[in-house]
Order: sequence, then structure tokens, then C-alpha cells
Amino acid sequence: MLAPASLPLESLPVRRPATITTIAWDRLAAPEARRLREFGFEVGVHVEILHRAALFRGPVACRIGRMTVALRRNVAAAITVMAD
Amino acid sequence: MSILPLVALVGNPNAGKSALFNALTGARQKVGNYPGVTVERHSGRLALDDGRPIELVDLPGTYSLDPSSPDEQVTRDVLFGKQAGERRPDALIVVVDAANLDLHLRFALQLIALGLPVVIALNMVDLAERDGLTLSPEALSRELGVPVIPTVAVRKRGLDVLRAALTAAVEGSATRAPRDPSAADQPIAALQRRARELSKAATLSETPTRRWNHALDTVALHPVAGPILLVALMFVMFQAVFSWSEAPIGWIEGGFAALDEAIRGALPDNLLRSMLTDGLIAGVGAVVVFLPQILILFTFILVLEASGYMVRAAFLMDRMMAGVGLSGRAFIPLLSSFACAVPGIMATRTISDEKDRLTTILIAPLMTCSARLPVYTIIIGAFIPNTAVAPGVGLQGLVLLGLYIAGILGAFVAALVLRRTVTKGDSSGFMMEMPKYQMPRLSDIAIGLWSRALIFLKRAGTIIAATTVVLWLLLSFPQAPEGESQVNYSVAGRIASGIEVVVAPIGFNRDISLALIPAMAAREVAVAAIGTVYAIDDVENAAGEKSIIDNLQHRWSLPTALAFLMWFVFAPQCISTIAITRRETNGWKWPLFMVGYLFAAAYIMAGITYWLAVAAGL
Repeated sequence: MLAPASLPLESLPVRRPATITTIAWDRLAAPEARRLREFGFEVGVHVEILHRAALFRGPVACRIGRMTVALRRNVAAAITVMAD
Repeated sequence: MSILPLVALVGNPNAGKSALFNALTGARQKVGNYPGVTVERHSGRLALDDGRPIELVDLPGTYSLDPSSPDEQVTRDVLFGKQAGERRPDALIVVVDAANLDLHLRFALQLIALGLPVVIALNMVDLAERDGLTLSPEALSRELGVPVIPTVAVRKRGLDVLRAALTAAVEGSATRAPRDPSAADQPIAALQRRARELSKAATLSETPTRRWNHALDTVALHPVAGPILLVALMFVMFQAVFSWSEAPIGWIEGGFAALDEAIRGALPDNLLRSMLTDGLIAGVGAVVVFLPQILILFTFILVLEASGYMVRAAFLMDRMMAGVGLSGRAFIPLLSSFACAVPGIMATRTISDEKDRLTTILIAPLMTCSARLPVYTIIIGAFIPNTAVAPGVGLQGLVLLGLYIAGILGAFVAALVLRRTVTKGDSSGFMMEMPKYQMPRLSDIAIGLWSRALIFLKRAGTIIAATTVVLWLLLSFPQAPEGESQVNYSVAGRIASGIEVVVAPIGFNRDISLALIPAMAAREVAVAAIGTVYAIDDVENAAGEKSIIDNLQHRWSLPTALAFLMWFVFAPQCISTIAITRRETNGWKWPLFMVGYLFAAAYIMAGITYWLAVAAGL
């Protein structure tokens, strides 16, 4: 079996729990980065993709803690995760 | 009057803050405005255990003390005692969602650090339990050093205990955390870690559930089923507006016809009788019949909002909105604008990006508001045959849907152009908490509908009644000599002749020119105005929708009717919308720009419609 590899949150399969390993804060606009922190996104936190608006690469619905947050793909691409 | 102690309700969005505010203050509420900003101030009275009254103010929900919208700025300024027109609160009720402690406790930590007496309302504990969470308020209270009261605001549970704790807090006898200004500005990550520890300490057991919520989203957010469901919901909504309203409209019409009959019977044929029947009853009656349709539309919007579906719709729409430089967040104000642009424009306050917000405000009037419904319905009723194109799908409903879509497409094109010219800027992104689905509460919907009905009837009783009487005066004087048309001879007729020169190329006749003047006050007055014109011109028949439709069919060509419909898709004819835009953008620049571009668009689009229809031989 392969060792679990890091991948962008954007590419994480739906309903696969994962842990955030890095967040490229510099790739995000300041208000976006702040809101992301306010929602509790940081290294070591468990997340899971619940839904994808697949049509034309729409946003993703991401579970964090007991909450669901909608994120655009570019934001989800800036977050790197490791599948649990 | 002595100044009452002030207590502020504060917490994250979706914590059930407003429900708690309603439960605590009941009907003793006041809605005002903070001076200088366009944020509503909700306040109410509440009696403490010892009978002493206090003032409770419901601050806008926010995720931190770092504001990113005008609403959130007010919350921060009030808490720091810097908001004009508001004193610093004497105590805080911090509302946290029991099912989302990780997030909500972080903000609570910031608030406790402000050093004000704090009572925590651990709200929606029933939903947390259903979610498989068992919490210990005592443990949480021990850790935080402030009272923690479990509540269920919508069922009024825990309110007595909360009031008792509040009494102690206001008297200053409650324990108070030492003021620690640095904690309020601690890095979010550090506070978040502390919040997670606290949440863990307060959680006795946790079983992951929320199955039904996920199951609903599996359908509602499905890549294929989701958009189909959204379109289907919108279609049902607009069909319902037409089909469910038939019976109540009949009753209202019957009522006005009876009133008209009674006055005609009671008064001799003089000017007073003409003013009452041809002016007031014809005008106001023509508008009030649309109350059932407006209420049906608002019912759908209120239910979609209260159930949590609206945010899902925003999620589905984000990609499309991003295509024109907006975000899914703009979908909620825009959908509200289908009922009325005024609350829609006010709802743009939640959009943090200034350019994004301005664009949304400028295109909001293109969403077909309920005031256009009277105009659309009557023209469609007169010119579009009531045939079925498929079982349950009528041609009239389809044309109406087409008009809504024309408005939406117009808005998209406008947004696309605006975002590349006057409101140029970076995309603001889309990041939004998706609240749990909830069963909408009947009483909340009823209160919402009631206030909408009152606003509409007030408009009918004031602006619309006044403009129809003024129009009647302008139409009735000077009185035409024998053999001359009264409408052509009157003051209004002469003004309309001037306007007609401008609008004749796009197929508008004199009746429309006449109707356009009073319709500046409110769109639905156009119908009332046409009703009044025909009531004066057509002395044989009693006023009413029936006679308006008969007259329309005789006097208007189909291309004219279609051009008129298209005009109303774009025309910015509503003083209230212009006024709210001025207030929300702090100046005349943007409302004037909005009026200018919408009139230009209305003229061009109505013209194209007319010329195409004529060319097609309609």
C-alpha cells in the first residue's frame, strides 16, 4: 500500500476525511485569508469535502468541525491536505 | 426618563441570536437606524427578575472583532463604545450555537476578554442533542469563568434562568473576567486552539450524525439534480403566483365592484362621484387585487430563506455569478429583489467587497419585483391567450417566466459591463457558512407576510391613492366641450402629447405616455393610471379589471403591448428604490447613474421589441 500523499483540498475525493498540512496564505486575498482563519482553517485541522458543484468547476462544500463551509476552487487549491 | 441599563446580544451568524432576541423582548421591539450608517438597530425592553427594565439591543452577527462589512463594523464599534448614537453596553449576552462550539467559542473568548459582564446563552441545545452531542454547561462555565445558560430560543426554554443570570450581571454581582485587551486581539489561531480545548472539555459525548442534513444536501447540491431542483422550485413559485391567486383576486374584485356600485347608487352623477369611482376606486382597486400574488411570492421567498435552502441556491449559483464578476452571495439579495428591490438592496450589506456590493445594488432593480406583477398580469391577461402548451403549463405563465428571464439576462449583461467599467476590481471570492436545514416556523413566516401586506396596503392607501386622485384631476380638467375627447383635452393629455413625441418611435401610444408620469412614484401605479384613463374615457362601463382588459384589447396593438412589457423589465420606475440606493451608497452619484442606464436600456429594449414585432407582422 502506498503511503498517504499530500494533495490539494480541491482534489480530495468526496467524503474522504483528511488533515490540513499546509495553507498557502500568500495565494489568498487578505479578506479571504481572514475569513478562512475565522472559520477555523489551520494546519492540523480535520476537513472533508461533502459536495462539489461540478458544473464548470463551481465551489465545494467543505466540512470543518461541525460546520459546512462553501469555498471556491482557487481557495480549496491553496489548502494542502493529507488523507487520514 | 432615566437611562436604562443597556445589554447587547452578540454572537456569530446562525447562532439563533435574533430568535433569542424575539423570545426575550416579544412585541416590545423598536427598529431604528444607527446614525451615519445604514445598519438597522433592533432594540427592545425586557424586565429583570426584580422588575427593573433594561434595554436589549441585537447587534449584527459577526465571526470576530475584525469587521469585514458595514454591519460587522457597527458590532465592533458598539462593543468598544465608539458607535455614534449608542452607549457602551453594561453587559453582554453572548449567543453560541451549542452544536458548533469550536467556532462560536472563539468569538466568545474575544468578547469575554473585553471585560464587560458576560452571560453565555448556549443556544439550540435541542438541535445539538439531536446531533448526538451531550454537553456540560457547568464544565464550560467553570472553564470560562462566566455563567453559561442552556437555551432553546424558538421554544422559549431556559429564558427564566437566563434572565436571572442577566440580573446578576447587570447588578455587577456576577463574576467578571479580568479585562484583558490583548486577548481581544490575540491571533485567531491561538484563540481557536483554546476554543477547541474548551469545546472538548464541555463535550461529554459525541456521536457523529447529521445524516438527514447530508442526505438533503446530496440532492440539493447534486451537480445535476441540484440545478434542476432550483429551476423547478423557481418555476413552481411563479406558476403558483398565478394559479393560487385566482380565487382571492376574484373576492377582492367583487368587493371593489360592490363598493363602486354602492357609490354610484348613492350619489348623483357629479364630480365627487367621478373622483371616488373613476379616480380612487378604479386606481386603488386595480392595485389591491395583486395583494394575493405578492403574498404568495413572499411566502416562497420567506420559506426558502428560513429553511436554509437559500444558501444552497447561492452555492449552486456561484459559478454562474462568478462568470459576470459577482459571487453566489449576490444571489440572496437578488432573489429578494424579486419581491421588492428595497429589501434586496438592503440585503447587499452582507457583501463585504465594496465593488461587488455596488454592482449588486445597481442590477437589483432588474429583478422583476412584485410591483411589476400587476403591470405584467394585466397586459398578459389582455394579449396572451390562456392556452395550455403542455399539461399544467399555461402560455400566460410561460410568457411571465420569459419576462423574469429577460430581467435576469439583462442583469447579467449589466453586471458584466459594469464590472469591466465603472465597478472594475478584483473578484471578491465566495466563502460562506452553510447553515443546517430547519423547518420554517409558521409564526415567523406569518409575521413576515403580515408586515409585507401592511407595507403594500399602506402604499396603496397613500402613494397610490394620492397619485390616482391627482391623475384624475389632471385628466378631468379643463372639461372638454361637447364632441371633444376628455382625455385629449385635459392637462394630462397635453403633457402626454409632449412625452408621446419621445416614446412614439418605440410604439408607445398616448395612454402609455399618460401612465408613465404617475408610474414614476411606483410601478404598479401604471395599471391604476391606465384604469383611471379608461374609466374617464369610457363612461358607459363601471371601472374594474374587466373594463381595463376590454379597453386594452381595443386600443393597443400586440407590438405596443410587448414593447410596454419590455419597458417595465428595465425601467427604474420606483421612487423608493432610488431613495434606498441613495441611502445605501451615501450620495446621488450612483442612484442617478442607475436611473440613467436603466432608462436608456428600457428605451432601447422596448424599441427593439416593437420593431421586431412589427417586422414579424404581429
